[in-house]
Amino acid sequence: MSEFLNQFKQLTATGYLFWVLAILALLSAVWVVTARNPIHSVLALIATFFCLSGHYILLNAQFLAAVNIIVYAGAIMVLFLFTIMFLNLRREDEESKTNLTKMAAVVVGGLLMVMLITIFRAKSAQVPTFNPVSFDSRTGLVENLGSILYSDYILPFELASVLFLVAMVGAVMLGKREAGDRHF
Amino acid sequence: MQPTQNVLIPEVIQQIPLTYYIIISTALFVIGIIGVLTRRNAIIIFMSIELMLNAVNLLLIAFSSYRSDSSGQVFVFFIMAVAAAEVSVGLAIIVMIYRNTRSIDVGLLNKLKW
Repeated sequence: MSEFLNQFKQLTATGYLFWVLAILALLSAVWVVTARNPIHSVLALIATFFCLSGHYILLNAQFLAAVNIIVYAGAIMVLFLFTIMFLNLRREDEESKTNLTKMAAVVVGGLLMVMLITIFRAKSAQVPTFNPVSFDSRTGLVENLGSILYSDYILPFELASVLFLVAMVGAVMLGKREAGDRHF
Repeated sequence: MQPTQNVLIPEVIQQIPLTYYIIISTALFVIGIIGVLTRRNAIIIFMSIELMLNAVNLLLIAFSSYRSDSSGQVFVFFIMAVAAAEVSVGLAIIVMIYRNTRSIDVGLLNKLKW
């Protein structure tokens, strides 16, 4: 513990930024799960995504930080918000699960977390650290990622477009009104 | 470690051990699991799944940055693409469930259990 505190005292501004972003991300993630109003959940999830984008920038992955904001906070969350407003779910008619179920879920989650952290912190786990000799700070930049994406990963990249086409057709098919549907 | 090379390494990577990123990702993932287990609102369950995906993304990017291996970040890019496709289909299914049952409580769909 004192070792941890000593380490904490030696941090620079960037190190403190890491801790602030980590704590904000975890708090807003908890808010996503606990909020009664679904719109608050969406806003908390957007906050989580911005904190994670901050982490990506600290890790020098600028391209993915931008993509995370554009795709997740921009597109996916707008879709969620649109659905919530479309379904008019503002009234809180959700009868929640019993307290026993909730406690059991939290205990299961806590046990899983303890188990995973014990595994990762085991002496034989050998979490690698950075190699100061071969470190390349341009790993996450657009130039480097783009050349890899269009050479080594060209087939999955093209298949992703087929996936999007299928998803689009599926969403349109599911959203279409059928003859036997109830109208309201 | 020569100081000239040291400048190029991001400060976070020099100061924060990779284990901390593992712990943060684990915590985010477990929060997502608890959300899936405790909530009955289908949209919030969906958002918890997004939380779990993002925990995995954070871990992949941390490992990829620490080890200077771009493949991890390309993988995250594909995870984001698949998540976008998944969300569009999943929300269409939720809208259809709402149209048929006037509710998005997953407890009403208990016949799917058997």
